[in-house]
Amino acid sequence: MEGAWVALALTLKVALWATALNLVLGVGVGYAMARWRFAGREVLDAVFTLPMVMPPTVLGYYLLVLIGSQGPVGAWLLQHFGIRLIFTWQGAVIAATVVSFPLVFKGARAAFETVDAQLEDAARTLGIHEIAVFFRISLPLAWRGILAGLLLSFARALGEFGATLMVAGSIPGRTQTLSIAVYEAVQAGQDDVANFLVVLTSITCIAVLLAAGRLVPGRVAPRD
Amino acid sequence: MIWDVDLQRVLLHEGSRFELGVRFASDAPRLVLYGPSGAGKTQTLKMIAGVARPDRGRIAVAGRTLLDSSTGIRLSPQDRRLACVFQDYALFPHLSVRQNIMFARRSGWLNPSPQVHDAQVDRWIAAFHLESVAGHFPHQLSGGQRQRTALARALVNEPTALLLDEPFAALDKVLRQRLRDELKDLQAQLRLPMLLITHDDDDVRLLADQVVYLRAGKVVDGAVVEEETLVE
Repeated sequence: MEGAWVALALTLKVALWATALNLVLGVGVGYAMARWRFAGREVLDAVFTLPMVMPPTVLGYYLLVLIGSQGPVGAWLLQHFGIRLIFTWQGAVIAATVVSFPLVFKGARAAFETVDAQLEDAARTLGIHEIAVFFRISLPLAWRGILAGLLLSFARALGEFGATLMVAGSIPGRTQTLSIAVYEAVQAGQDDVANFLVVLTSITCIAVLLAAGRLVPGRVAPRD
Repeated sequence: MIWDVDLQRVLLHEGSRFELGVRFASDAPRLVLYGPSGAGKTQTLKMIAGVARPDRGRIAVAGRTLLDSSTGIRLSPQDRRLACVFQDYALFPHLSVRQNIMFARRSGWLNPSPQVHDAQVDRWIAAFHLESVAGHFPHQLSGGQRQRTALARALVNEPTALLLDEPFAALDKVLRQRLRDELKDLQAQLRLPMLLITHDDDDVRLLADQVVYLRAGKVVDGAVVEEETLVE
């Protein structure tokens, strides 16, 4: 059973890192998509949404090709910094980030689109510079929608299996997350371990979904 | 010349094409841009405020050049120092009346705290009789209080001119009358050049020193209409 707690701790660590990365990436890309007009915007939107509909194993394969030691990004990292991402928990973070990214990005884009652009214009005419307008107007008014997306992406990252297995493998104590540990326990016929892991995972996911449900915006903020 | 504006812009929207070519020059301290909805009034005001971009043109307000595409001058909306009151007032819904008015007084990444006081802000809150609602949020205010909050917010940083987009459209008739008088007194008191856009001819009759009549993106007759010609 001790292995289960190690797996839970690792899963939470990976999911938290993935969510933190998505907070920055998803909110940034979501804002750009909501506010900037450029050719090919909807095509780019579709590409960013792809991880939501593609099989995780396919995504995992793409990642292997990209960040494996033979891949363009992986070879560069190895050569310049001596970093290997495959079969590490950091690799698992990258897999979980990619898979759960659309949930934050979609939520953030929708939330920013509900913010009246005239409020941002009003702030600009009051002498407030662009970055401050984002932090003082856009972000606070879109915050609840973003938070709901973040919680969903956290839940998705907790349950990540396919892409993580492809990229990080299943090394107990190092890259074996809860969902992978469940698979391994069932394969090995350790039903008591599997039962415990399943209950643990279910409780964690229900807690996250309940929190997300309370935050899904009925009203984003009081409007005039 | 207080107002010197010459703007060209082609707007393409869902297949339709709208050509805006607005040109006027005036020395009137209270200038009214008048015309039916869809004439391009709000676009013109946004270009003067700097939050919309003309294809080319020139804007000078009270002797300050804000935009000149022939010499490449284009001040950002932040540097134009114009007080803008937008349609429906654009009050920040997540901030109290005091925080809204205080907004421009703080330049960092954080909004002003609800507790902080500032002499300049207190002065405007008192001048617009907003003391009793200073802690309220915009959705809790009456139409007149919203308009006063928007005015106070825009005026707090000593702007060089005041731009207003349909400031009375959201108000009932009785209140409209009173707030017109208030605005007229305020303008006289501050000696602040004012450009007001409206489709209501009462605004023209009661507030305008001079009128620019806009129709389908063009100034009618290419000239400024004197007030007298509009009043039968």
